[in-house]
Amino acid sequence: MDILCVCGNGIGTSVLLKVNVENVAADMGMDVTVTTSDAGSAKGTANMNDLVLTSPQLAPELEGTSTPVETVQNFMDADEIKGILEKYQD
Amino acid sequence: MANNDATSDIDGFLPDSSFLLDVPAKDWKDAIRLAGKGLVASGFTTDAYTDEMIGTVEKMGPYIVIAPGMALAHSRPSDAVLSTGLSWVRLSTPVEFGNKANDPVSLVIGLAGHDENEHVKVMSAIAGALSKPEKVKALADAKTPEEIRAILNR
Repeated sequence: MDILCVCGNGIGTSVLLKVNVENVAADMGMDVTVTTSDAGSAKGTANMNDLVLTSPQLAPELEGTSTPVETVQNFMDADEIKGILEKYQD
Repeated sequence: MANNDATSDIDGFLPDSSFLLDVPAKDWKDAIRLAGKGLVASGFTTDAYTDEMIGTVEKMGPYIVIAPGMALAHSRPSDAVLSTGLSWVRLSTPVEFGNKANDPVSLVIGLAGHDENEHVKVMSAIAGALSKPEKVKALADAKTPEEIRAILNR
């Protein structure tokens, strides 16, 4: 599945999140492609993905996209990320 | 590309001049200013970037507090970014950023980047370390920049 990680500027927290999502997905045996984006351009690219991950503070910026948006509180917590991915696992 | 492994990335992106260990900050803005100071001292940014990092939080909220006790201070790529690099600020007393889930913050990592690709390896190393509780503790206890880099490189 294609996952979009969104942060304010697309170079910091979203990159950290991408790394952790890839690690967790690999552990779960999930095949994922993770890209990053800033909140401003995410609305345009969200619909090309199966899932959008972002922080609770930025989620409102993504309102109205048809792709499911999940928020991550602790970007460094593999269990939290795993809990989200499990909901989308086939 | 022999020089492009994560180890040399960490050494290059986190030189001694980027570290401010066990320093006081009176509030979150002050904490970000210290992260900016480390970036400027290493020649990664100009002072303008420090204001941009503060502006990011003012505009978008304290989402940069990515995990309990940790903030990744950064802004978007701009003229104020001279080259890609990081700073590492360990506060002597934690400060509140207004992020209920993850306050208070004792580690502020400053990040200056041109794009997401240049620093992805060093971010991988940092993500790898900060997602392991035993490494987080070791980073908090480390006495010198050298020790911190060694933990990230492990």
